Amino acid sequence: MSALRLLAAAAMFFAAPAFAEEDTLTIGMTLSQTGPLNVDSVAQQRGAELWRDQVNEAGGLKVGDKRYKLRYVTYDDQSQGGRVQQLYTRLIVQDKAQFLFSPYSSGLCATAAVITEQYGRLMLITGGAEPKTYTLGNKYLVQVITSADHYLSGAIGALQSKSAHAKVAFVYSDDPFSKAVTVAAREQAKESGFSIVLDESYAPATTDFSPIINKIVTASADALLGGGHYTDGATLARQIYDQKANLKYVALLVAPDSPEFASLGEAAFGIAVPSQWEIQATYKPEFGPTGAEFVKAFQDKFKIAPDYHAASGYQGGIILQHAIEQAGSIDADKVVAALNAMDVTTFFGHYKIATDAGHHGLQTAHEMVLAQWQKKNGQLEREVVWPKSAQTADILYPLH
Amino acid sequence: MLGIIASIVDGVLIGSVYGLAAMGLTLIWGVMNVVNLTHGAAIVAGMFALYLLTSALDLPPYAVLPLILLGGFLVGVGLYWIAVHRMIGQPPLMFLLSTFSVNLVVIGLATAVWGTGLFNVPVSLPGVTWQRYTFPGTHLLAAALTAVIAGLLYLFLYHTRLGKAVRAVADNREAAELSGIPTTRVLSLAFGLGVALAAAAGMLIATMFPFTVLAGDAYQLKSFVVTALGGLGNPAGALVGGVALGLVEGFAAQFMPVSWTLVIEFVLFVLVLIIFPRGVFAFTRS
Repeated sequence: MSALRLLAAAAMFFAAPAFAEEDTLTIGMTLSQTGPLNVDSVAQQRGAELWRDQVNEAGGLKVGDKRYKLRYVTYDDQSQGGRVQQLYTRLIVQDKAQFLFSPYSSGLCATAAVITEQYGRLMLITGGAEPKTYTLGNKYLVQVITSADHYLSGAIGALQSKSAHAKVAFVYSDDPFSKAVTVAAREQAKESGFSIVLDESYAPATTDFSPIINKIVTASADALLGGGHYTDGATLARQIYDQKANLKYVALLVAPDSPEFASLGEAAFGIAVPSQWEIQATYKPEFGPTGAEFVKAFQDKFKIAPDYHAASGYQGGIILQHAIEQAGSIDADKVVAALNAMDVTTFFGHYKIATDAGHHGLQTAHEMVLAQWQKKNGQLEREVVWPKSAQTADILYPLH
Repeated sequence: MLGIIASIVDGVLIGSVYGLAAMGLTLIWGVMNVVNLTHGAAIVAGMFALYLLTSALDLPPYAVLPLILLGGFLVGVGLYWIAVHRMIGQPPLMFLLSTFSVNLVVIGLATAVWGTGLFNVPVSLPGVTWQRYTFPGTHLLAAALTAVIAGLLYLFLYHTRLGKAVRAVADNREAAELSGIPTTRVLSLAFGLGVALAAAAGMLIATMFPFTVLAGDAYQLKSFVVTALGGLGNPAGALVGGVALGLVEGFAAQFMPVSWTLVIEFVLFVLVLIIFPRGVFAFTRS
């Protein structure tokens, strides 16, 4: 008899993890721990980690009467599309991830989307802005950030307020995101009355920008719009400074939004960046933390200030949490229905997605700001310079 | 027209540093017939040595060049004994595997320590402005230092007993050995010199451009193109080949998108291999 009791006790002991497993929600994602997308991808991941830890510390994610602890399964995609395809398949098939967060960058998101749609898993896109992915009839993709065609609108608006007939050079990385941004910005620049004096793409791995900068000088450009991601954008900014390109205005994508950009020293000064979110933002959230609370929690955990990639990673978490709570279920279709119906404001700004079949999942409500590296008490800091309603400092123009 | 001239000049300045890197690769090939696949890692090591020495010890950027040359030489000699010496007499594939393995280990460790984020060494040096174009001081000084290092290498190879021994081993190892030259020590010396040159090139590149742990691959590829242009085993040809590559990059970029530069480089690489298998500048080899 005592042997039977022992056996029963042993069975219960080994069964216990199975119960715990049921109360765990597995979320999968890849991040670029290595490769050229490393800086922004890691920032995005940190935002997601902060959300997970806060939810778990609060007892888990509430779904009806149940509470689920969050578990992440992550892999290094090495900034490569081929890896993303393999790893998202693994996350779904092998690791049984119930929900997915996107990798970083439009190219990797589009690659991952092929897999997640195939398996009918919901993926929140927190780091891919290219809008084309949402025109392919996808049902389980939800974008939480502004799409690429609005990225440089603020930079163009700000430039027009200073110079109605500026000569603009577009110099951008030859990747899906940067090209999508430039296609839209080119039209906006023409409509604003600017003349486009140079339109040049470069390979993302470019390190020597000297020939391009000489072309900018030859074209007598007043303004430079473009860039790509962190590595190429920061390299371009350094060489614009070294070669004294005499530009009056420079707005680059992504790179200047990272706190690491300040390591360029004087080369960072005056560079503007379209930003999904800035520390100074004062949106009134309907749920989740205020901007100040998010910044404090992030700084306490990681000892650095969050950039917009970190904020978008966190936003993906609280949007998913709200949708699951609204749906009262972890069924993907019910959660997608909740996400479709949501029209909310968080610390990150407005969220609402297109729900028509031709654009499902495309973010339609979130707005961007333009930030610029300026000096405050001799220290480089990012200030919001556009739109005027959100300004924390006047835009520096001309730079030279 | 002025823009084209400016880009050509800039291309030549940067190309000379590519040439310095390729000199390291080609010197090792010339002496021991080994394609050194730790070349990219050696370039990256030079970059990080500059970063660490300037940020940790607060040394002026160019003051660390002798330290990097010396350190690169010692590491190179060590690498020879660890990864190359045992392969002497083995098929060429063994050298490739051995040096490639070392490359993977070095880059893997560096990635674990520093990640793959971008590093920048701010160098404040006035440039030269011509018309509206500025040639950064870092580019000018990198080209000048390359010329100095190449000159010193020439003096070493042609005017010292040890240098003559290196050339003798490159020409005919068996004959050199029969003449009493300690060829094994000469081989390790040549490997050390090759790594030192690559590290010095990496250090000079890091004064011009920000860099990552993974930056070495791109410069290693350029070194292969330059080596093909200059002729395998020919350090002087490598320097001329580097300048030629920079010139082509600067010139071509004025007439087509810069993203085509890599295509141009490899078309050039293939053409040179077909038309001039011994290198375009093979005549410079004495």
